Amino acid sequence: MWPIFDYGRFVSIISSSDVYGVVWMRSLAQLHKMANLRVLVGVKRVIDYAVKIRVKPDNSGVVTDGVKHSMNPFCEIAMEEAVRLKEKKLAKEIIAVSCGPAQAQETIRTALAMGADRGIHVEVTGKEYENMTPLHVSKIMAKLAQDQEANLVILGKQSIDGDNNQTGQMTAALLDWPQATFASEVTKENDHLKVVREIDGGLETVKVTLPAVITADLRLNEPRYATLPNIMKAKKKKIAKHKAADFGVDLTPTLEVVGVEDPPVRQAGQKVESTEELVAKLKDSGVV
Amino acid sequence: MAALVRTVSRLTRRNMGWTRGVASLADLPETHNMLRKTCRDFADNELKPIAGDLDKEHRFPTEQIKMMGELGLMAIDVPDSQGGTGLDYLAYAVALEEISRGCASSGCIMSVNNSLFLGPVKNWSTELQRETFMHQDFLNGRKVGCFALSEPGNGSDAGAASTVARLEGNHWVLNGTKAWITNSYEASATVVFATTDKGLKHKGISAFLVPMPSEGLMLGKKEDKLGIRATSTAYLIFEDCKIPRENLLGQPGMGFKIAMETLDAGRIGIAAQGLGIAQAALELAVDYAMKREAFGSPIAKLQSVQNKLADMHLSVESARLLTWKAAAYKDGGKNYIKEAAMAKLAASEAATFCAHQCIQVLGGMGYVTDMPAERYYRDARITEIYEGTSEVQRLVIAGRLLKEHADLTSW
Repeated sequence: MWPIFDYGRFVSIISSSDVYGVVWMRSLAQLHKMANLRVLVGVKRVIDYAVKIRVKPDNSGVVTDGVKHSMNPFCEIAMEEAVRLKEKKLAKEIIAVSCGPAQAQETIRTALAMGADRGIHVEVTGKEYENMTPLHVSKIMAKLAQDQEANLVILGKQSIDGDNNQTGQMTAALLDWPQATFASEVTKENDHLKVVREIDGGLETVKVTLPAVITADLRLNEPRYATLPNIMKAKKKKIAKHKAADFGVDLTPTLEVVGVEDPPVRQAGQKVESTEELVAKLKDSGVV
Repeated sequence: MAALVRTVSRLTRRNMGWTRGVASLADLPETHNMLRKTCRDFADNELKPIAGDLDKEHRFPTEQIKMMGELGLMAIDVPDSQGGTGLDYLAYAVALEEISRGCASSGCIMSVNNSLFLGPVKNWSTELQRETFMHQDFLNGRKVGCFALSEPGNGSDAGAASTVARLEGNHWVLNGTKAWITNSYEASATVVFATTDKGLKHKGISAFLVPMPSEGLMLGKKEDKLGIRATSTAYLIFEDCKIPRENLLGQPGMGFKIAMETLDAGRIGIAAQGLGIAQAALELAVDYAMKREAFGSPIAKLQSVQNKLADMHLSVESARLLTWKAAAYKDGGKNYIKEAAMAKLAASEAATFCAHQCIQVLGGMGYVTDMPAERYYRDARITEIYEGTSEVQRLVIAGRLLKEHADLTSW
């Protein structure tokens, strides 16, 4: 909506006119400076949170064939935060990134329907995808952030399949950027971000200078529904396709999954009549 | 021999006129899948939790309709250039099914606004009329419209409209009563059908756009209905109701044609609504059957219950394919009258069947208001009645079938 001009160029166009003109131009330039965030958002395709997970009979992993998949809930929250930054005119472009098989494009398109401007699909398939770790993803995200000249990377704090909670932190380290993880509130103040983090003891407020990496926690926001007009608009937005090798990232596995098992079946509890009996039983079982 | 070849090629042309093969209808295009997800999430989060209360309190879901408007659901097939969502009828059918799965009343309100009000307005109005009657508010959920065709004296017999309109200078003056008008209490405008020339019988009916409220237009009492209670249904009473001359929709005498074409499209909407109710009933029955134990295991293991669930699923899936086919035909510009009638008939009967069997599977629990089964049963019933009773649908289907057959053998 605001024309993006060079401040310098604009000043030269102003003639002998009034102070008003200069003040208006200055605030326009300030606004231009404000709307300067290029945001990279990672979105991961995971098994839908409502689906019951089944372990493969050979204990090598979980069953994914034919199972309903959707965008990782924390990635949705990350995407929503980016869109809100754009609505506040603090971000000028949002790029949604996903690493995975062809179906990852559906996840990118959902991100486009939420408000991302364009998408990048890093195609990783088959065994390479099964063995992919947060370190691989972080290397790709870091290279992308540099190539795309992003100054803010927003990721979900963790994915609900891996639950690693590593990608955001590793990406920041690889880029040597500050990080604000488990964010429950993000505000832009001048040239830095004030982020309220959810930690074990309560809430911690940190200041991070830009460029930075933020990971989204549950209470950061409530993601919007992709409206039908936006779903239509998403069809026209571009998704660029790449391979991990394009970013100089070697997908050789660094970890080997030895086995995946169901958690133990929950045992029935015991009812006790008094506190003394409770303490006695706890002592007997060696818990206390 | 030549005649045989001619017939075969005519047959081929007739049947290959699908824009999408039925096989491809089994899986929706990506866009439609995305909007299905949006509508399902919306229905699960915003409609399902309050549907019971809306029904008990007979309350119009104003906030939810506004949210649906913001999602683009209240003007799905109005073109982008005119401020609507610019999607096709297949999208409308998918969206309406998901919404109705959450709350049948909300689905009804959505369908009346989309098919019955915006349908005729979009297709026949003038630029001037669109400024008022296709104003942004009607597209974004802030205002809703309604459709006034039925009268106390004629429902299925739509050609015998006894509401009259006479031209007096620069005004049309309407007199008469319309019955069973959905959205009447909340609507800001209505499409009304009135006789302008009694001598021409059904060719003497014209359509008018009437803003609400209007002087000379009164609402009767709100009907106390069996189901879809969150919608208001009442008589519209016209007593020398004056509307500007420009409010004539289309040409004089076009009213019956407008009504019939509108209802043809509306049938796809009601079919979708029936699908939503049927699907909700099916899911409830399956869920309950897997949890409820009798004779030592979940009742889902019993053959009697499995038979019911299979029949319910079959009825919904068949009706769904018919609905999607009718929508695909309409989107492709093909004649869809027979398919729409079949879809509405199949879906409404699936809705009543599934709701009935759902109560049966739930047993006593299905009879009490703690579970939504009884609401599905009450909501489903109307789908076999409005926008053309099941009997009328059968007449339409038979009529088209006989016509097609007659065309074939007349060589």
